[in-house]
Amino acid sequence: MSDTVLDVKGLSVTFELHDREVRAVTDMNFSLKAGETLAVVGESGSGKSQAFLSIMGLLARNGRATGSAKLAGTELVGMNPRDLDEIRGRDIAMIFQDPMTSLNPYMRISEQMVEVLERHKRMKPAEALERARTMLETVRLPDAKRVIRAYPHELSGGQRQRVMIAMALLCEPKVLIADEPTTALDVTVQAQMLKLFEELTDTFDTALVMITHDLGVVAGLADQMMVMYAGRAVEKGNVDELFYSPRHPYTLGLLHSTPRVENKRGRLDPVAGLPPNLTHLPPGCAFNPRCAFKTDQCVKERPALIPRTDGRVTACFHDDAVKEKEKVA
Amino acid sequence: MINYVLRRILAALPIAFIAITLCFIVMRAAPGGPFDRERPLPPAVMQNVLAHYNLDKPLWEQYWIYVSGVLQGDFGPSMTSYDFSVSQLLAIGLPFTLMLGMIAFVLATAVGIIAGIIAAVKQNQWPDYILVFAVMIGVIIPNFLMAALLQLGIGVHLGWLPAGGWPGFSIPHLIMPVLVLSWPHAARISRLMRGSMIEVLGTNYIRTAKSKGIGERLILARHAVKPALIPVVSYLGPGLSYLLTGSLVVEQVFGLPGIGRYFINAALNRDYGLVLGTTIFYVILILILNLLVDIVYAWIDPKVRYR
Amino acid sequence: MPGLTGKDATLSAYADKLEQLDAPKGRSLTQDALRRLSKNKAAMVSIFVLAAIILIAFVGPYFVPWGVGEVDWTSIRKPPDFEKGHFLGTDQNGRDLLARLLQGTQMSLTVAAVATIVSVFIGVVYGAVAGYFGGRVDAVMMRFVDIMYALPYILFVIILVVIFGRSPILLFIGIGALEWLTMARIVRGQTLSLKEREFIEAARAGGAKPFTIIMRHIVPNLTGPVVIYATLTIPEIILTESFLSYIGLGVQEPLTSLGTLISNGGPVAEVMPWLLIFPAIVLVTMLLCLTYIGDGLRDALDPKDR
Repeated sequence: MSDTVLDVKGLSVTFELHDREVRAVTDMNFSLKAGETLAVVGESGSGKSQAFLSIMGLLARNGRATGSAKLAGTELVGMNPRDLDEIRGRDIAMIFQDPMTSLNPYMRISEQMVEVLERHKRMKPAEALERARTMLETVRLPDAKRVIRAYPHELSGGQRQRVMIAMALLCEPKVLIADEPTTALDVTVQAQMLKLFEELTDTFDTALVMITHDLGVVAGLADQMMVMYAGRAVEKGNVDELFYSPRHPYTLGLLHSTPRVENKRGRLDPVAGLPPNLTHLPPGCAFNPRCAFKTDQCVKERPALIPRTDGRVTACFHDDAVKEKEKVA
Repeated sequence: MINYVLRRILAALPIAFIAITLCFIVMRAAPGGPFDRERPLPPAVMQNVLAHYNLDKPLWEQYWIYVSGVLQGDFGPSMTSYDFSVSQLLAIGLPFTLMLGMIAFVLATAVGIIAGIIAAVKQNQWPDYILVFAVMIGVIIPNFLMAALLQLGIGVHLGWLPAGGWPGFSIPHLIMPVLVLSWPHAARISRLMRGSMIEVLGTNYIRTAKSKGIGERLILARHAVKPALIPVVSYLGPGLSYLLTGSLVVEQVFGLPGIGRYFINAALNRDYGLVLGTTIFYVILILILNLLVDIVYAWIDPKVRYR
Repeated sequence: MPGLTGKDATLSAYADKLEQLDAPKGRSLTQDALRRLSKNKAAMVSIFVLAAIILIAFVGPYFVPWGVGEVDWTSIRKPPDFEKGHFLGTDQNGRDLLARLLQGTQMSLTVAAVATIVSVFIGVVYGAVAGYFGGRVDAVMMRFVDIMYALPYILFVIILVVIFGRSPILLFIGIGALEWLTMARIVRGQTLSLKEREFIEAARAGGAKPFTIIMRHIVPNLTGPVVIYATLTIPEIILTESFLSYIGLGVQEPLTSLGTLISNGGPVAEVMPWLLIFPAIVLVTMLLCLTYIGDGLRDALDPKDR
């Protein structure tokens, strides 16, 4: 139970543009145990998706990953695509944001699911089809027999996302990465979907990475949480700790921009300012232009991720002030 | 699926009918009959000639005779080759034109699709650059010029291949005509295929397929090629009619015994009967082939099938 | 010839975009495209070369030592000869090739320009009428366009030429009369979206006649598509004209065009290669430039394919 299944150290992702390089992710570190759920939170452009696409070997042509990401001891960064194909879909799987476009519109659901089992489990077509159908039932698709013969355009968004989940779980992967899996869905469907994730990670003992910008998604589901800003983790730790006592001003800002029962002031505060442009990051702490706690030090140097007493890490010079402010509020 | 095919056939029929009617109207509306000469024929002879071609009957009756003829495979008389009907001339030239056209069409489509896939996968590497160059030549050099240049260079100066003529079935005599006919077609197909393949390879569902680890070859063969073919398939219809009209000039330049020679001569001699008969024949042929294209289209795209 | 430059696909995509935008934004979409085009080196060089060819074709004849029909009995079938002023040689009849080449280029360009104008005119009127009246009129008119798309258009040009004789004017009109389909589609789409807008409503409420509304309010909004359409159509028409001239149905002696010159040069190219080579160079250069300009426009309109 305590085996580390995914161990990421110093992971960076850079993109080669025609005249310069852009760093989308810088020095990401975390480790994940079987059955555990990690929430990765940040605004769009914070590098959260690119980090995990790089682990899956799905970066765009001009992207390059450095550092290390070990899946049950096997190094994934820099692995050649052919070897990676042995692992992708079997030990690590990914679910994408937009279920409407993530399934091949020209192939039946059955074909798209069966090929995974044929590839990784060497199953015969009939056996694979049966397994695919069972898995559709496992993700609570009531009409599995019809769905499996359908083309994607005959299904609703929620149905398609369930198909995506079923497809990702076919080989019972050690790690499942879900990139904003509920963003494109209706609110009611969202809730069902989150419940499904919770059940499934228990059933299969799968470690789950939930990438999201919505803290509401994180609360009930995740064990750990990592907050990302401008390609770097700014705070990481136990979900409950981070929720009840944020130490980074950006985490604080995100919490205040999410509706919560205990938000005593009764109004929402979006984080002021615009998300950063990765090609022109401000000097020092990347968050300083939008930060209420900003001092000269924040412009001069970049704060390191420093372990705090309760086991979290935070990258801020003024974490105590942030803590105090949250208490007052 | 059967429903869909039937509907396509029903949609094609009025087009054929309108084309035949248009041709008939144009033919009859033309200033001056085909037998107006500088020295007029004697009235009695003229009367006989007109009767022979049914030109003395009322217009609607002429129309009816023509349409029912076409339906029975009779495309009317030739006005200059008095001994032959259009159908007879077509029967002489057609087998060759169809053979040449089909060889070029199949070859060019296959080469174009494969070249397009390779160029898309090796985007901005040397296979891609070679293709861009070959496509450019195919698109900008008109077929008659290409034919003349090849004839001069390979046929006359180098003497590698016969410069023209048709001694009976002979592959060396076919190489240059097929090359001239298929090059522009293959060029356009490969350009379309490359573009749509690049687009497809960037889609989310290809990313999903990659994340499943099924391997590059299966991704291309099973996930990418079919959707990428859609724009190519919709070009096949116009591409084919372009290729067939191109064969007119290729047959002329290389002295090959197809329809092209008759057609161009008929056009130069103002032989309405033959020109229109041939045109109607081409229209029907192209409609039939478009129908086949539609069926292929439906086979590829499930959304079309159920519409 | 349809599909030559991928015109229909390019323009249809462009028209789809235009339909989704309001008219003023549609105009800036065109401006954006032109700005991107001006950064495309191949396209800009092509525009320059093409402009030079046009200029030389129309001004050149005044500086050439020999006239078009003038026969030099002392040099018949001669290769380029600078002393006598036959810079590109002479043909079988002792006529100066350079003079004839300039005249032929002029003719090809004129046919292309006039035929394009004719096709734009027919396309705009047809599309605007279909789009403005909508409903059943629109359905029937557009069905006809679909039918025309399916037919081998070069054969119809040949029929027209056969029936109405081989004068250049008929050639202009005949080609133009058959090349308007795509233009009609675009104009129809634009008209459909424009006619719902307030200023058209206002004009209609003010009692303006349909024709006035179309001409005054809809046509001026079409400048962008027309420019692009024309650029992509001209090479097709040049090719069609040279094809017809090559098989002997186009421009007739004593007038000449690039197609006619190549047609005459082809059979004798073994002994007098210059008669084929020089016209071929001019034709291919023009088509190459127009293709680069067309490609540049396509990329400028649809920058995602980088």
